[in-house]
Amino acid sequence: MAALLKPGQGPLDYGKRRWLRAVFVAVLVMLYTPILVLIAYSFNIQNRGGIWKGFTLENYAKAWHNSDLMSALLNSLSIAFISTIFATVIGAMVAVLLWRFRFPGKAAYEGAMALPIVIPEICMGVAMLLFYARTGMMTGMTHLPWPLNLGTPSPSPTSPCFPFVAVVVRSRLVGFNRQLEEASKDLGASEWQTFTRILIPYMMPGLVAGALLAFTLSLDDFVITFFTSGPETVTFPVKIYSMVKTGVKYEVNAASTILIVITIVATVIAMKLQAPDKAGH
Amino acid sequence: MEDWKTNRNVFWTLATPGTLWLIAFFLVPLAFLFVLSFSSKAMIDGQISINQYDYFSGLTNYLRSFNPDIVSIFIRTLWWSALATLACLIIAYPIAFGICFAPDRWRPLLLMLIVLPFWINLLIRTYALMAVLRDNGLVNSALGAVGLGPLPLMNNTFGVIFGLVYVYMPFMVLPLYATIERLDKSFLEASLDLGGTQFQTFRNITLPLTMPGIVTGVVLVFIPCLGTFLTSELLGGTSSWMIGNVIQSQFGPANDWPFGSALSLLLMYATFAVLAVRAFLSRNSKGVDV
Repeated sequence: MAALLKPGQGPLDYGKRRWLRAVFVAVLVMLYTPILVLIAYSFNIQNRGGIWKGFTLENYAKAWHNSDLMSALLNSLSIAFISTIFATVIGAMVAVLLWRFRFPGKAAYEGAMALPIVIPEICMGVAMLLFYARTGMMTGMTHLPWPLNLGTPSPSPTSPCFPFVAVVVRSRLVGFNRQLEEASKDLGASEWQTFTRILIPYMMPGLVAGALLAFTLSLDDFVITFFTSGPETVTFPVKIYSMVKTGVKYEVNAASTILIVITIVATVIAMKLQAPDKAGH
Repeated sequence: MEDWKTNRNVFWTLATPGTLWLIAFFLVPLAFLFVLSFSSKAMIDGQISINQYDYFSGLTNYLRSFNPDIVSIFIRTLWWSALATLACLIIAYPIAFGICFAPDRWRPLLLMLIVLPFWINLLIRTYALMAVLRDNGLVNSALGAVGLGPLPLMNNTFGVIFGLVYVYMPFMVLPLYATIERLDKSFLEASLDLGGTQFQTFRNITLPLTMPGIVTGVVLVFIPCLGTFLTSELLGGTSSWMIGNVIQSQFGPANDWPFGSALSLLLMYATFAVLAVRAFLSRNSKGVDV
């Protein structure tokens, strides 16, 4: 009976159903229209009415010369960079710990590590604000020279980041053949040699994917930095927020477009590395 | 897996940085929040101090949370989050289903197309949405071109819920995709062979078996919706406050940190309640695990 059906008409060929395809296209349009409009308007000549006046690169030039906006972008990128390093190293260590050892209270420990993933961001943001304000770190840090004064917001995005890295790296470690580690130690390698020559190369795709995840997450972070950033350490999303509240300027679109491109490149690389055929399962 | 005692040095080296970081930058700040929620502003020389507190002064902040205004905002937050979650589910289910039944080589690309916007900064996406939904935005210009009057698409309930759906939909698609992909297709064939209609098959086979994915997706969308303050502020305006906006204002213009702390803890307890319900449901479920 099934042989008589034309391809695409079988009862289980849902992928060929017209209405399903229509829903899919409609959702894609809904998801991408705002983003494409934002990118298109970054090339528009500035005007109040929000209509298309003509192609220009002036908004990019304006964004480039807006020193507040550029320093906010630079702050965001450097914070993301610093927290990525911390999050990747710490996350990888936690992943190896949970993968390798059995210890009392492990379930509770894993639960505590998952907490930053599930807690609403706004709770984290206000808790961080309190923490910095009460311990005096907020005022202390802002008097330091440039890269160090970013210290106030930078541990905070890292805090919710490293458990994510741990999850990614751990899922990679699940496929590891423990006998490789034993063989290495049998052949006289030290704990450190085994770690650097056997385990790290194996974890590498997970580490890169985890690092890119941490990078995008901390670049994406608005809520926590919104509460913790001082006047000196405004990050890009916080700056955009204040610009959005005062009116529409297409230089915001230009700067956003740059950030979107950075994010998409990082994400696509991460997804390629995580694709199942490359993960070695 | 080895016991931690077999190699204590390695164990402690691996455990120390993460644990310390979690304590210093996560648990300690939460403890501050907890303590402050039981505190009140100190009276110094008969004046209410701006930044000094009487610690452990009682449950005042929690009792104040039962003020009808706050309760109604809490209820509105729950209701809008539920609506947004339901809308996400209704849209995401056919999407995930369609991706699972698409040709193999198309699947990763289709999934990526749905998930990619999620990686773009939340604020940028909300800003992009504002440009489309504004009174003179793209949608209303298009409607105007065919002679339809401008619809109020933002600064109202619709704006907030649409914004939430727009921002959190990928969270729903991913777990649904994961369960539907692992669903044994021969159950569907069997049901259809035995004379079940497509609708009966969906209701009696597909839906119960993919329930764990539905529950996970609902939790993943519902929790961040509860904590929203950006979407409701930019797309809603002052009459559409959710609990996140109240918390933000307590730490901002209203400058009542103890009350804000109590509200954030209540929000956190609500989150834990949702997770507990999820744990309970997944224990009793018979479907495909996520």
